[in-house]
Amino acid sequence: MDDLLQEFIAETRETLEALSTEVVAWEAAPDDRARLDAIFRFVHTVKGSCGFLDLPRLSRLSHAAEDALCEVRDGKRRPDRALVDAVLAIIDRIGELVEAIDSGLPLTDEGEDDLIAALAPGVAGAQGATPLAAAAIAQGRAPLRSVRLNVDLLDRMMSGMSDMVLVRNELFRRLRDLDLDPAVEGALERLSASVADMRDAVTRTRMQKIETLFSPLPRIVRDTAAAVGKAVTLTVDGSDVELDREMIEVMRDPLVHVVRNAIDHGIESPAQRRAAGKRESGRLHISARQSGNQIVIEIIDDGRGIDTERLIAKLAANGQRSEADLRRLTERQQCELVFAPGLSSRDVATEISGRGVGMDVVRAAIDQIGGRITLDNKPGRGLRIAVQVPLTLSIVSTIVVQAGTHRFAISRQTIGEIVKERGANIRMDRLGDMRIAQIRDRRLPVVDLCDVLGIPCGAAPGNKMLVVVGLGAGDFAVAVDDVLDTEELVVKPAAPSVMATGLYAGQTLPDTGQPMLMIDCAGVAQAAGLNFTDAMDREIELEADAVVDPGIAALLFDDLDRRRRVIPLAVIDRIERIRAGSLQYSAGGLWLSIDGRVVPVAAQIPELAAKVTTVLRLTDGMVEVAYAIDDAVDIVMLPELAAAAAKPGPICGIVLLDGEQVEQVDPLWLFERHTRDVGVAPARAAPGRPTCLLADGGSGWMRTFLRPMLEQAGYHAVERLASDERPALVLAQADDPMADVSVGAAPVVRLRTSAVDTGDGSVYRYDREGVLRAVRQAVGK
Amino acid sequence: MNALFLLARVAGQDVAILSDHVESVVDIGPVAPVPRTAPAVCGLAALRSRVVTVIDTAQAIDPANRSDGGRRAVVTQVDGHHYALLVDMLDDAYRCVARPLSAGLTPGPAWAPVVDGVIDHDGRPVLVLNLAAVVARTAGGEQAAA
Repeated sequence: MDDLLQEFIAETRETLEALSTEVVAWEAAPDDRARLDAIFRFVHTVKGSCGFLDLPRLSRLSHAAEDALCEVRDGKRRPDRALVDAVLAIIDRIGELVEAIDSGLPLTDEGEDDLIAALAPGVAGAQGATPLAAAAIAQGRAPLRSVRLNVDLLDRMMSGMSDMVLVRNELFRRLRDLDLDPAVEGALERLSASVADMRDAVTRTRMQKIETLFSPLPRIVRDTAAAVGKAVTLTVDGSDVELDREMIEVMRDPLVHVVRNAIDHGIESPAQRRAAGKRESGRLHISARQSGNQIVIEIIDDGRGIDTERLIAKLAANGQRSEADLRRLTERQQCELVFAPGLSSRDVATEISGRGVGMDVVRAAIDQIGGRITLDNKPGRGLRIAVQVPLTLSIVSTIVVQAGTHRFAISRQTIGEIVKERGANIRMDRLGDMRIAQIRDRRLPVVDLCDVLGIPCGAAPGNKMLVVVGLGAGDFAVAVDDVLDTEELVVKPAAPSVMATGLYAGQTLPDTGQPMLMIDCAGVAQAAGLNFTDAMDREIELEADAVVDPGIAALLFDDLDRRRRVIPLAVIDRIERIRAGSLQYSAGGLWLSIDGRVVPVAAQIPELAAKVTTVLRLTDGMVEVAYAIDDAVDIVMLPELAAAAAKPGPICGIVLLDGEQVEQVDPLWLFERHTRDVGVAPARAAPGRPTCLLADGGSGWMRTFLRPMLEQAGYHAVERLASDERPALVLAQADDPMADVSVGAAPVVRLRTSAVDTGDGSVYRYDREGVLRAVRQAVGK
Repeated sequence: MNALFLLARVAGQDVAILSDHVESVVDIGPVAPVPRTAPAVCGLAALRSRVVTVIDTAQAIDPANRSDGGRRAVVTQVDGHHYALLVDMLDDAYRCVARPLSAGLTPGPAWAPVVDGVIDHDGRPVLVLNLAAVVARTAGGEQAAA
C-alpha cells in the first residue's frame, strides 16, 4: 500500500505541475472545453485513487469539484468567476494535502467545508488554504525517494550493457584456447558474474513485471464489488509478462478505471444475474500476453455488455449529435461511443466510477502511448476490452528451437508442453490435409514450422519435436526440428519489413551475438489456416452444460395426516402462519381469508381445517392456492420421480429421499382443481413412453408443473435432448417468441396462460384434459 | 543548398546518398536470413549490440537485380529501426547541390520512386538515392519475385 501511496503522490504532484498552465488558461477562458476536460480528468482521477487509498478528505474535495465540473460539462451551469475560483482553490488544497501526506505532517481540515460550499452556485469566493499550514509544508517537504530519468539515457545504458555482455563472451571464447593462469581465470569468473548481475540490474531499470500492475486488482475488485453489492470472481493471467516501466505507469489508471466500470456498469446484481440464468457471481478475467509486437491486456467480464440503445439515447439527449446520425453508425462504432467525453451511461453518479466518465480518460491515456483499445460487445453476455500496447522492448522467457538451419525463440508463456513425435502416448494421424497429434487424450492440429516458413527441414520425418502452444483461443502443436535451450531474451520489435510477414513477434540478440527472431505463434496458426472459436464462449458453454440439471429444490413438510410430503419450492410464494380458525368452509369449498380476500385451500384432511396454523401459499404467478400443512421440515433437492401415482390427484408420485418413500404433491393438479372444476380422470396413455421436449427456455414452469403430469400419463418429459434423442413432440409457451424453434419434424403443442380461447390452436395450460388430448393427438395415439 | 553526399555504386550505377541519412558505413558480418520476407530483405545482422535489418539495395530497387555478394553497407535509421543497405562500392563524400530531375529525364519505373533528384559530379549527373524509400519498398511482406 505504501508503494501505491508513493506513486499516487508522485503522480499527483506531476499532474499538478502540468495542470498549472491549464488552470491559468482556464481562468482566462472559462468556456474552453478542452481545458475544462483536462481539469475534470484530474479531479476524477484523484477521486478514483483516493477511494482506493482510503484518503477521505481528498476524496470529498475531489468529488465535490467533480460534481460542479460535471454540471458545467453537461451544460447545466455556466463557469463563472466564482466557480473557477472555487475549483482552483480545491485544486490548490489537493496539492497541499498531497504534500502533507508525503511529509507526514498534519494539516487541519478547517476551511474545507467552506471550499466545498464555495462550489455551490451563487456563493462568493472562499479563502484558499490557511497560510499557516502552507508554511509548515514548505519546510517539511520530504526528500524524494525516487528520481525520474530520461528514457534515452536508460536505453543507452541498456545497449551499453548488451555490448559489454557480447565483449565478455568474445573474450571468453578467445581465452579458452590459451593456457590460463588460475588467478586470471578467477578474475575472469568474477568479471563474468558481476557483468551478469549488472545486466540484471540495468534491465530492471527499464522493465517491470506486469504483476505490479495486476497485484492491486484483487483488492480493488473486492472493494468495488462490495461497495455496489455485487459478487465478482476475478481471475488474473499472465502476470509474469515483462513490460516497459513507462507503459506500466501509463496503464495503471486506465486499467483501474476499466475494472471499476466493468464491475459497476457491466456486471449485474446477483438477482439480475439469476434472472438472466447466469451464475450469481460475476466473472472478471484479466490477462496479459504478448502477441506480435504488442502486449495485449484483456479485461473480460460476463455482465450485460454495452447497451448501445441507451448510449444513443443519452448522446442524442446530450445534444452533441443527432439521433439519426448515431443510428447510422455501425454496431462497432456505436459501442465505441462509450469513449465520448462527458458521457454518462448511468443516471446516478456513484462513488465508484462516477458517471461513466473514465472511459474517455482511458482512451486518452492509451492513445498517448500509441496503443489501441478495442471493444468486443456481446449484449447481455459480456464485454471484452482489449488494450494493445506497443512493445518497445520486453524480456521474454523463451525456448530456442531449430527449424532447418534457422533458430527461433518461442515465448515460454505460450508453451504448454514439449513432446517427442515418436514418444509414448503420441500418435500422429492425417485428417485430410491436416496433421493431427493425439497426445494422451487430446487431439491437436500440427503445424510444421518449416512448412510455414518455407524452409527445408533438417530432421528426419517422424523425428521432430512437438511444441504444444496455447493461444487463449485454442491449442495446437508446432513441429520443430529440435529444441535447443531456454533463454531469457530482450525482445525488441523488428523492422516493418520483417513484421509484415505476420510470423514474428520481434527480434533479439542472444549472447551468441547472432540475431534471432521470436515466433508469433498466433501468426503461425493463422498462416497455417488454423481457426479457433472464441475460447471464453466455449468455456461458458461448457459451464452451461456442466450446470445442466441442478435439480429442483423442494420443501419437505409434515402434512395434516402426519405424512411427510414434498412440493417444489418454485411454486411456494410463502409459508404463512395463520390464526387457528382462519380456514372456513363456505360455498362448498375450503377458503382462507387473508389480506382482505379469500384464497382456495387444499387440505388432505379437511376436517382438521379449524386447527390449522400453517399454510403454504402456492402460486404460479397468476393463480393462488393455499395448502394446509402441519409444519415445514426442510428444503431438499428433488430427485427423479421413483414412481408416478396411479391416478391423477393431489399426489403425483413418490420420490425417494434417503431411502424413504415420500409423496410429491402435484401443484398443477391443485391449481387446476381450484381454478376450474374438472373432475374426469384422463385415460392412461399407451406404454412406450414417447419423448416430450419441454421447450420453455429453462424457466422451470414446465418442469415444475407439466412434467409430473406428463410422466404420470406415460410420457418421457425432458428439458434437454440427449444427442441421439428425437422428441415425439415439443411443448412450448404460446407467448414465447423463442418457441418457434421446431426440433426436426416434431409437432409442437402450444400452451397459453389465458383460459380464454385465442383461436390460435393453443391450449390453456391448466386445462389438464385439454393438454393431454393435444399431446395425444400430436403424438398420434 | 550545399550538402554532403556519399557517392556509392548500386546495381552498377553511381548514386549519391545524403550523408545526413547515413549513420555509419560498415562491413556486415554473418547475416541470419528471415524466411517469408520480401526477397530484398537479406536478413538480420548484429552490429555490436544492435540488430540491423540487412537489405539488398539493388534488388529492392528492381527485383531483376542481384547483388554481387558484397558485405559493405550503409546504416540508416527509419522510424526507429536500423537498416543496413548493401552497396557494391563506396567512394568518398563530396559537397554538391542537389537539383530536381528535369523534365524528360526520368530514370525509369524502378528507379523513379527511390530517387530524390540529381547532382553533378565531375560533370556527370548522379542520381540521389533516398534510403527511406528503398526501405519502404521492402515492407510489403512476401512479394512475387520477378
